[in-house]
Amino acid sequence: MFHLFRASGFVLIAAGLAVQPAFAETPNEILASIQQEAAGTAGAQEFSAVRGESFFKAKHGNDWSCASCHTDNPAAPGKHAKTGKVIDPLAPSAHAERFTNPKKVAKWFKRNCNDVLNRVCTPQEKGDVLTYLLTVNK
Amino acid sequence: MLTQDNKFLRVLTVMLLAMSITVPVAQADNDEKHDGKYGKKYSSKYGGENRGKPLQLAQTNAKFQQECTSCHIAYVPGLLPAESWRRMMAGLDKHFDSDASLDAEDNKEITAFLVNNASNRWSAPTSPLRITESAWFKHKHDSREIDPAVWKNPKVQSPANCGACHPQAERGNFNEHDIRIPR
Repeated sequence: MFHLFRASGFVLIAAGLAVQPAFAETPNEILASIQQEAAGTAGAQEFSAVRGESFFKAKHGNDWSCASCHTDNPAAPGKHAKTGKVIDPLAPSAHAERFTNPKKVAKWFKRNCNDVLNRVCTPQEKGDVLTYLLTVNK
Repeated sequence: MLTQDNKFLRVLTVMLLAMSITVPVAQADNDEKHDGKYGKKYSSKYGGENRGKPLQLAQTNAKFQQECTSCHIAYVPGLLPAESWRRMMAGLDKHFDSDASLDAEDNKEITAFLVNNASNRWSAPTSPLRITESAWFKHKHDSREIDPAVWKNPKVQSPANCGACHPQAERGNFNEHDIRIPR
């Protein structure tokens, strides 16, 4: 009887661990999940660092580009265009925490795409930008 | 006779105790509702748009710190009334021309923290979203108090940049003695 209790306890703990969301991921795992998203969309192309870089540095109808806050060098610290708050570098090579937390990645893509483009970014755009950021060396 | 006296004393004691508890509460209530001695002093100051006291937060909230300070300094909740914070947190997708939206769970936790620690001296029916639009702020920063040239100093730039002159702003300390206006 006691063994049964103990066994069921382990099962419960194991089940509890299994449903925990995965927080710590690598930028490449995040890129792979964007890749999966993109694969389902029409006209999806292979991600391109060149396209990502020009997207990152260009304005898209609004006052701000990505570079307005993150600067033209994503390996350098940025500065909030309005409040002046210092922003840690965006390139994973310069700041290891970048693109390791899916919730954080989703939050900031939503916010910043809205500020820069007045809309959500497509998986293609997100994938291009992350591919570019992964090529930036410290 | 003795027992009756005892009974009387006991009743008297209970009544006195009860009065000592209810009287101050009733007075405090009067102060607020009928502009008593203190009520008037506090509720009419700055037309009722007064920041909270105490300003020093007994506790803070980790999520508030983490989320709000990713873009700006941690403006302490006592600077605005509860309704301002409710409105602010309900419109984060357009937060001063920027999308600062949070997921529902984080929004709820931060809203509760802000509302629970909002100004306790704000009696006006107003709820500005900008701290700089409150009567207490304008009064304390008008041209007689602050030379207009200060705002143009590149180290200050904006009245939203509390920390430029109040080094302990994020801890809720705006004490006059701690002000350091940059040159």
